[in-house]
Amino acid sequence: MIGVLKKYFDRLILKLFRRRNKIKLGLYGPPNGGKTTLANRICNDWLGEEMGSVSEVPHETREINIKEQITISSQGKELTFNLIDTPGIATKIDYEDFLSHMNEKNAKARSKEATKGVIEAIKWLDEMDVVVIVLDSTVVPYNQVNLTIIGNLEARNIPVLIIANKTDLKKSKFKRIQSAFPQYKVLGVSAKYGKNIDEFYDSLFELI
Amino acid sequence: MVTLQIIPFSKLAGMDAQEKIDSILQIVKKDNIVLLEGKLAEREETTLITKSMEGIDDSFRGIEFAYIESSTSSGFKKNFREFLLKLFLGNVGGFTVVGPAKIVKEIKKDPDKIQLYTQNQKRSRKTKKK
Repeated sequence: MIGVLKKYFDRLILKLFRRRNKIKLGLYGPPNGGKTTLANRICNDWLGEEMGSVSEVPHETREINIKEQITISSQGKELTFNLIDTPGIATKIDYEDFLSHMNEKNAKARSKEATKGVIEAIKWLDEMDVVVIVLDSTVVPYNQVNLTIIGNLEARNIPVLIIANKTDLKKSKFKRIQSAFPQYKVLGVSAKYGKNIDEFYDSLFELI
Repeated sequence: MVTLQIIPFSKLAGMDAQEKIDSILQIVKKDNIVLLEGKLAEREETTLITKSMEGIDDSFRGIEFAYIESSTSSGFKKNFREFLLKLFLGNVGGFTVVGPAKIVKEIKKDPDKIQLYTQNQKRSRKTKKK
């Protein structure tokens, strides 16, 4: 009963924030899922500018990036939010994994920054009003990081949308992501090429 | 050789989140794998990740961890019993495995079994493929 009431009040507060255009929409997920690519897609579509740099080397985003006052529109409705792109959450970071891309000094520096980024991303969980979890649909989703992120959002009553990203790739398995999280809406998207991106924007209206 | 250290639920029951995680990581940093009875709470899991990140250095590269449920069968009696246990004691069912990343490279879960892929196993697998 208390849980139901809490959920009701949380939704009410979210609607109040929506009216005041102060919604914080966070992009969360493991490294290399395509969070920044999706953030760039949103910012390009509605602001005409990029949000951050992307790379195939894991942990490219190592700091919280915020883009304020993004207004999207669909079917005559408008939605304004602050977009927060977070570093990928991982349980391990080994500088040796970066050595094929850079020298040891830079790899160690990147590793140190990445650990701080993970800590920051976790701290910011409490600040979010809604979260979009961005997963690489070519990767098996049954890992503890994904379950921990989702479990924490559920415990905080934060609405969640799951994006199965990289659907343009041959190895993409959208249904595998869908069956891993049957209690959530899962949307297949290619943030890089904009495939299914209008459905994504429509889903944000449903989510908030 | 890999050492598995079992921690019964009762051993951590009276501790707060920080103490629990410190106890687990103390064992993991000695290159042992922890087999913890029960499941950590959601915020304890994020504390485990945060503390692991804070502890990363040249010898410690983080952790691999996974929660394995005790059973997949369901029923009113079982669900009610689990609800009461969770309400009064916390999540005591199943096991949480926590291992150092330099030893445990991957944990694969199955409803009835758990597979720990260690660094040496992976290397030998790659060799076989060649």
